Amino acid sequence: MGTRVFAECCTVVFAALTVASWLAPNALGQGGEPPYFAIRGAKIVTVSGRTAENSTVIISHGIITAIAADAKIPDEAWIIDGKGLTVYPGLIDSFSDVGLMAPPASGAPAAGTPLATESAPRPPQTQTAARGPEDRPGTTPWRNAADEVNLADKRIDTWRNGGFTTVVAAPKGGFFPGQAAVLDLAGDRPGDFVVKSPVAIALNLSVTGGFGSGFPNSQMGVLAYVRQVFLDIDWSTRAQAAYEHNAHVERPPYDRTNVSLAAALQKHVVVLIPANNSVQIQRSLELADRWKVNGVIYGAQMAYENAADIAAKTLPVLVNAKWPEVEKDADPEDRPTLRELRFRDRAPSAPAALAKANVKFAFYSGGLTTPKDVLKAAKKSIDAGLSADAALRALTLSAAEIYGVSDRMGSIEVGKIANLVVTDGDLFDEKTKIKMVFVDGRRFETHEPEKPKDPPKGDISGKWKLAFTTPDGAEEATADLSMEKDGTLSGTVTSKRGTGSILSGWASGEKFSFIINIPVNGSPTDVTFSGTFDATSLKGSLSVPGFSTDFTGTKPGASTEHAAMSAIAAKGAR
Amino acid sequence: MMATYTGHARLIVFAGVMALISAVVSMTLATTPDAAASAIILIQNATILTVSHGTIEHGSILIRDGKIAAVGQSIAKPQGAEVIDANGQYVMPGIIDCHSHIAVDGSVNEGSVSVSSMVNIADVLNPDDIDIYRDLAGGVTVANVLHGSANSIGGQTVVIKLRWGAPASRLPFEGALPGIKFALGENPKRSNFSIRGQEKRYPATRMGVEESIRAAFTEARDYKSKWDDYNKKTSAGEKNLIPPRRDLRLDPLVEVLEGKRYVHAHCYREDEILMLLRVAKEFGFKVRTLQHVLEGYKVADEIAASGAGASTFSDWWAYKVEAYDAIPYNAAIMTRRGVLVSINSDDAEEATHLNQEAAKSIRYGGLSREEALKMVTINPAIQLGIDKRVGSIDVGKDADLVIYNHDPLSAYAVVQMTLIDGRVYFDRTRDIAERVDREKEKKVLTEKEKKAAAEKKPEDKKSEDKKQNEKKPEDKPKPPQSGEGSAADSDRGAL
Repeated sequence: MGTRVFAECCTVVFAALTVASWLAPNALGQGGEPPYFAIRGAKIVTVSGRTAENSTVIISHGIITAIAADAKIPDEAWIIDGKGLTVYPGLIDSFSDVGLMAPPASGAPAAGTPLATESAPRPPQTQTAARGPEDRPGTTPWRNAADEVNLADKRIDTWRNGGFTTVVAAPKGGFFPGQAAVLDLAGDRPGDFVVKSPVAIALNLSVTGGFGSGFPNSQMGVLAYVRQVFLDIDWSTRAQAAYEHNAHVERPPYDRTNVSLAAALQKHVVVLIPANNSVQIQRSLELADRWKVNGVIYGAQMAYENAADIAAKTLPVLVNAKWPEVEKDADPEDRPTLRELRFRDRAPSAPAALAKANVKFAFYSGGLTTPKDVLKAAKKSIDAGLSADAALRALTLSAAEIYGVSDRMGSIEVGKIANLVVTDGDLFDEKTKIKMVFVDGRRFETHEPEKPKDPPKGDISGKWKLAFTTPDGAEEATADLSMEKDGTLSGTVTSKRGTGSILSGWASGEKFSFIINIPVNGSPTDVTFSGTFDATSLKGSLSVPGFSTDFTGTKPGASTEHAAMSAIAAKGAR
Repeated sequence: MMATYTGHARLIVFAGVMALISAVVSMTLATTPDAAASAIILIQNATILTVSHGTIEHGSILIRDGKIAAVGQSIAKPQGAEVIDANGQYVMPGIIDCHSHIAVDGSVNEGSVSVSSMVNIADVLNPDDIDIYRDLAGGVTVANVLHGSANSIGGQTVVIKLRWGAPASRLPFEGALPGIKFALGENPKRSNFSIRGQEKRYPATRMGVEESIRAAFTEARDYKSKWDDYNKKTSAGEKNLIPPRRDLRLDPLVEVLEGKRYVHAHCYREDEILMLLRVAKEFGFKVRTLQHVLEGYKVADEIAASGAGASTFSDWWAYKVEAYDAIPYNAAIMTRRGVLVSINSDDAEEATHLNQEAAKSIRYGGLSREEALKMVTINPAIQLGIDKRVGSIDVGKDADLVIYNHDPLSAYAVVQMTLIDGRVYFDRTRDIAERVDREKEKKVLTEKEKKAAAEKKPEDKKSEDKKQNEKKPEDKPKPPQSGEGSAADSDRGAL
């Protein structure tokens, strides 16, 4: 949809038509299609059972109703020739906030007002300054992902087109951000997305939650705070029960943190505990016991060191697929320790270690911004010793099992939700293309854009300062671009409106183009930047539906020295 | 690791060695003793400083199952014993640091509130902290890991053994009573400096510090009586009572009132020392140790009478206004007046030469060799209530031992080996040998990363051009590394 509007509005835009023809991966959630499909003669990777060559899957009314070489195809079915195609269960991002993009602030915000974007933490609910544990800083466990689904979140399309039919989404921000729900990435109304809710209580134990200077502001403070909350839930439940029995005593106070958490815990939802390095993992194993919760560790990139300990406690694990890397803007003077070097080298081997120790684990996207990156990350784990079958399971059935929804998804089985990914080859092969995706039995065809053939002349990577004029006046933005060998662009653009990640982009010859999604006048909007580049400057136009303007870009190269000095000064002042 | 503590003062003091330290970090980080401890070890031909019963020349120590099984001049080698020949070397009990901030994940301060007794250092022990290994290399085997001094009543504290390589759960000294940090004076009142990102909070005067301790214990007393009342009624058979709400902030204070938790109080001036002793008396609890206690020599008799121990620096002062009246005779004077005194580090680097720090009191104050050694061994052991297990070389005690190449009270002494529970956790020879392998591994991994980065990057030509234009940062003078926090913010580093 975005593409058509875009094309109509941007005839003046530089190279508009070529851009539009391939830039936005086109997904067709076709209306008017029959509720019956048959994929005939395809390779079916069921995950739960054997892989069948040359078999047929029947979908009716959103459910898988048959898998067999000789399955009877209903007369009404749309038949898809599966020759040369492979069918996988829909992929699951086991911990994410896709689908929950913050809605624009209530009321019509003034143009140019800085707005929350997908990457910015949401402002906490109205709260007074915290003075102690009883004030419940950063605690909004009554929030539920199921209530916050936002169809305007562009990432819904991105992730679905990349093969992810399902995400386990949780609100962000604070120590108790809220409850997670399993969302299927298709629907006309937010309610259509929700498969199960709640499935988990998400915890965040990092101190840098941005909650000012109040309690807690240390790691041990956060742990004490969270422990107090778990004690309070227990106390509040017992006190309320005693009060119901005998009301002629002092009334225990109502506290929605206690009430909402107690209700969720009564449903035996899992509690997601962050732990990335071996010390945190070891600690989280003890915390789950201490809090008396069904813990699930998330992060776990150093699990290659203590997979056996995790196995001994039989805690499931969500592995962050954003493997640690050298920081892009790292201080060149910084010498990494051997431990850091080992961590960066071995993190992708954590899943193999978990598999070997028989720990149930799933992947989640962590900080990765595209589904392709998640598959690449999984491939790295395969290269580091994980079997391809185990990698696929970690992206499908294991995730479903961890959240208690394997009765309805995670594998290709009769009776399960028709969440399917149809590819032209092995999922983990970089050359493989996703041909179509089924979510709840609805078909989405994906056309992967073809890239311009010419290799880029030069490297557009780096930080650029962009200047342009909008109806609000002169504006500036910073583009942080990185280019791969073939010209594929990724990165972010930051302006006073927020930060948007590049959804897709390329450089070819002297030309480039990329799209970001960022709130404009209160609604998430695709912004296309295209033009020409050389070593020190960019020139071109940016466009949104109904408006376009020229921009220039400069590389703050001349002032590099200055930048380096201020970086040092900033460090010194710490 | 150093910078992760909040020590602004430390930044100033150690700015010069920061670079050196970070170089060392990378070299030693990965050392994990692989040795499964032999059940029987015999240390031979050593000069043994027992601390409890004099010096044994050409002596032997027999270790069996982590304990000292025999000490003497002639011990026959049992079958299967591993022999450590300490010819010409000195063995003393492992050093006990009564004031440490090593092995903590994250900040050692929960500075947001004036009473932070709900937090517990034991929750955030970091067995990966390289300072554990460095302090082992300085002969330390036990450390009293304290919360910082940002609050009148700070967090709960824990005594650990420096079992490098063991998980966090194996660090705490089994059976050692837990503690809690108190702090008096400049650091909790914070009226002479501010901390970025933190609002000013009560208290702002020494009067306020006293009041906040008093208020907390008043609350704790009420809380305790609520629980006592509830438990009484429940055991009398009453049903459906609403139990008092458990309060993690007050639980440890009740333990202090019940004598189940030691108070380690950071203090400087004589007036505040006397204040705390009065408050403790009023509420009926004991102060186990006064920490720093630089003006302790002025009120040594009162301290001795209260039964509190004193844990002080050898010769460090004038880093803030309340530390101006300090003298290097402090430890000796307090000792002579009957106070149980230990010398502590409050700093991971200082901890690596506590033997020398102890030796200074021989020069300043004329303590005997034995008395000096006691201040880093049996005295802190008594202060921490672990003297039945450690602090001297006696049969039946834990085999926590340090082997030096020279007299440990000499500046030439270098630790050769450190044992805890009869297991070698630091071995200088092995450490030096292993550095080569570690450097090799680092090089391989660094090259691998560089190669991967080069494959990802389209062309490197451009970035090289850039480099030539750009002056390297080190060509420019670096601004001083001092932070906005003043020296008053800390005592030698971590608060």
